[in-house]
Amino acid sequence: MTQPLLTVRGLVKHFPIAGGLFGQKKVVRAVDGVDFDVIDGETLGIVGESGCGKSTTARLLMHLMPQTSGEILFDAAKVGSPDLSLSEYRRQVQMVFQDSYASLNPRLTIESSIAFGPQVHGVPQREAIERARDLLAKVGLEPSRFAGRYPHELSGGQRQRINIARALALRPRIVILDEAVSALDKSVEAQVLNLLMDLKDEFKLTYIFISHDLHVVRYMSDRVMVMYLGKVAEIGPSEAIFETPLHPYSAALTRSMPTMDPDNRTMAAPLSGDPPNPIDPPSGCRFHTRCSFAEGVCSQREPVLTAAGAFHHVACLRSEPGSGHTMAPSSAIAA
Amino acid sequence: MLVYLGKRLVYTIPIVIGVSIVCFMLVHIAPGDPLVSVLPPDASEQLKIQMMAAYGFDRPYYEQFFKWCLRAIQGDLGTSIATGRSVTGEVLNAVRNTLLLAVVATFIGFFFGLLFGFVAGYFRNSAIDKIASILSVIGVSVPHYWLGMVLVIVFAAQLNWLPPTGAGPGGSSEWRPDWAHIRHLILPAVTMSVIPMGIVARTIRALVADILSQDFVPALRAKGLSELGIFGHVVKNAAPTALAVMGLQLGYLLGGSILIETVFSWPGTGFLLNAAIFQRDLPLLQGTILVLALFFVMLNLIVDVVQTAIDPRIQRS
Amino acid sequence: MTFVTSFLPQDPAKTAVPIEKSPGYWSGVFQRFRKDKLAIAAGVIVLLLILMAILAPLVAPMDPYAGRTIRRLRPIGTTGFPLGTDELGRDMLSRLIYGARFSLMMGVTPVIMAFGIGSLIGIVAGYVGGATNTVMMRTIDVFYAFPSVLLAVALSGALGAGIQNALVSLTVVFIPPIARVAEAVTTQVRNRDYVEAARASGANALTIIRVHVLGNVLGPIFVYATGLISVSMILASGLSFLGLGVRPPEPEWGLMLNTLRTAIYTQPYVAALPGAMIFITSISFNVLADGLRNAMDVKV
Repeated sequence: MTQPLLTVRGLVKHFPIAGGLFGQKKVVRAVDGVDFDVIDGETLGIVGESGCGKSTTARLLMHLMPQTSGEILFDAAKVGSPDLSLSEYRRQVQMVFQDSYASLNPRLTIESSIAFGPQVHGVPQREAIERARDLLAKVGLEPSRFAGRYPHELSGGQRQRINIARALALRPRIVILDEAVSALDKSVEAQVLNLLMDLKDEFKLTYIFISHDLHVVRYMSDRVMVMYLGKVAEIGPSEAIFETPLHPYSAALTRSMPTMDPDNRTMAAPLSGDPPNPIDPPSGCRFHTRCSFAEGVCSQREPVLTAAGAFHHVACLRSEPGSGHTMAPSSAIAA
Repeated sequence: MLVYLGKRLVYTIPIVIGVSIVCFMLVHIAPGDPLVSVLPPDASEQLKIQMMAAYGFDRPYYEQFFKWCLRAIQGDLGTSIATGRSVTGEVLNAVRNTLLLAVVATFIGFFFGLLFGFVAGYFRNSAIDKIASILSVIGVSVPHYWLGMVLVIVFAAQLNWLPPTGAGPGGSSEWRPDWAHIRHLILPAVTMSVIPMGIVARTIRALVADILSQDFVPALRAKGLSELGIFGHVVKNAAPTALAVMGLQLGYLLGGSILIETVFSWPGTGFLLNAAIFQRDLPLLQGTILVLALFFVMLNLIVDVVQTAIDPRIQRS
Repeated sequence: MTFVTSFLPQDPAKTAVPIEKSPGYWSGVFQRFRKDKLAIAAGVIVLLLILMAILAPLVAPMDPYAGRTIRRLRPIGTTGFPLGTDELGRDMLSRLIYGARFSLMMGVTPVIMAFGIGSLIGIVAGYVGGATNTVMMRTIDVFYAFPSVLLAVALSGALGAGIQNALVSLTVVFIPPIARVAEAVTTQVRNRDYVEAARASGANALTIIRVHVLGNVLGPIFVYATGLISVSMILASGLSFLGLGVRPPEPEWGLMLNTLRTAIYTQPYVAALPGAMIFITSISFNVLADGLRNAMDVKV
């Protein structure tokens, strides 16, 4: 395997929250030890229920908030080191937010919004504006009609195209798409997804595609990472995750996808209840409170990511040799 | 709820300390000598030093502040330089009169403010709404000290129906619930009530209009609830805000009564402040301001706590 | 390298197409304001008052300081003294005209100064957040804990009478509410995605504040501050009424109202005139501020 473009190791984000009257320190464990790689040119999908830490991971990758611990390497260089300044990193990694309206300054014209990033990085204004207009054409918006408009005059789909153009204006290598199409109508969503695919080819981009919509993730991603309560449950090739999921949580998620095939209806709700509170996550495997395979050992022992195939890793005691789970392979075989 | 109460109390402590520091500093931002008003202009240097020591003005600031706080907690706000009487006693006498005026004014202002606000909010864009809106704009824009004068001109000078000044017949400063005293209360209280009236009418109008535009109102109508029943829901939803505004307005009136008290020579805290300022009686000024400001802080606290207690939507934790 | 070249304009003719410009935010504000007849009327009155203040020496028929006791307290409509004379026999009309200078200056200046200082405090506290915010806003809260009239009287009472001291006191009174509003809107804007996106593109705090924050917070703060002018007018004249602001013999409306109090039995209409001026000014500013708020579509 080649050198990954982005390497994430032991990423942790705990949000302190004000405690009771006497201010006991409590934390929300939003992201609690996440490892993964992003390979140049791929689309890595990240899925999970709301509150599982997807968006926090995205914001940590963007350095929009300080991480509690862990490290992020871009092209093997640590961000903020002499090899890679934060400013240069931010030029290389860009992000598209979910709320297309909130992510555009209402007081700036479309072209000024797109040109802002390049200008920050020293591109002269005239050139930046020119680049902005060119990008508008690239995202399918006629520059002469849209460059001088304000965000409130456009539709959600148009605004999201502008946000994509804004992200591309810095000529990044990685674009993080944080629920970027989730707020759009289905028909518009498909158009924007196809646009994203085209842009990826044209600009040789790498995507980190975050969504709660499994169909969309499956459509877009080469590899998929499933998160549960701030941890990686399973990561692997898109096919493997959707066809032969190994983690009971991934399996439940894929079963919850509505299907168009009447013979293949989902009869029972695969997952019940809400995810537990990330302030006080369950002991051992965090999924054991909702898992149908849970055994005594699951509440005591925390599973680690274990290789389970080519590029396929899962954090489940059932797949971890010698874990003590009755369905686990014996440690002898694994050795 | 208990946690919130505790937190709100803890949050109030630094405010109280801050307010005390500001009040304490009042004496020290004042130009010149704090004793300038009591000492004869030709007082000897020695007498001056003696007096400074007697009042404690010769000690360092933090020590003065500490002692001042310690005494204030025990209810001793020092001695009036002008009269030589205890500041606490003077302030308490005056506070009674101001409180009476402010409470009566708040009730009058509230009665009419609620009336205008509800009517305007219910019949939006009707003629009644327009009149109520104009009245509320006038209420918040009118210089109340001038309004007081106009009322005196009309009802005292021209019509001779009501007494122009004072709290009672013959310059009585002790209030009694008899007709002679009530007559003296009417003009200042009505004048003062204009301030909360405008604000309450405005707030309630916006609130009622907002509540009526919410989805649950058609739902209640669809359920077959009578208009009176819906009115009950509106009142229930508007009550916490209305109460909060009422509490705050009472506080503002208590603190802002000086102008009206001056117009009507009402023997309250405003009158006391006026005297303190022009006789440069700084301990009296300091004490009066401290009492009024702390009153306001406490009122704020009570309003917040009561509002949290009666409004299920506010989950302050 | 294809990556780079693909961004360059491929067809120079394409950029030559004229860009359609949208009417900006301010033109929308202007359109909305134009429809608000009441606000326009109020604006005209405010303008007239300002003109009257500036042109006082040209408009006033007489010297506002020259009085003769022989002609004191003449009624409204006296020949030569259309609005009568005051307790020292000075021409009321001239004094009211000159009074606009003092009263407007005393009412508007504190709000302008508080707008500058309060915005600065609030924007810094709101953008920086954290402990800085806590310290700054808790300090502001202490001053906010005083009813405004009380704080103004306390400060100018301690500092002593005079124009300067009154202006300082009123500025201190208006800083806390403006700073609070500035802090609230800045905190709101700071958490918008477009500010995050600007940070993500590598811009530093000053650039973000200049390009993305100021444009979105100054409007609401400004609207809020204009709403305070009415209160400030009443308070400033109130201080002079108490003898804490402008001092005799200057013609200031609040002060004139006070000195004419003795005349309420003899010349009630003349005595009430200065207050009517304060009222007209205050209500005009109030209506104008309301119109501005609606036109700028601000919710504070």
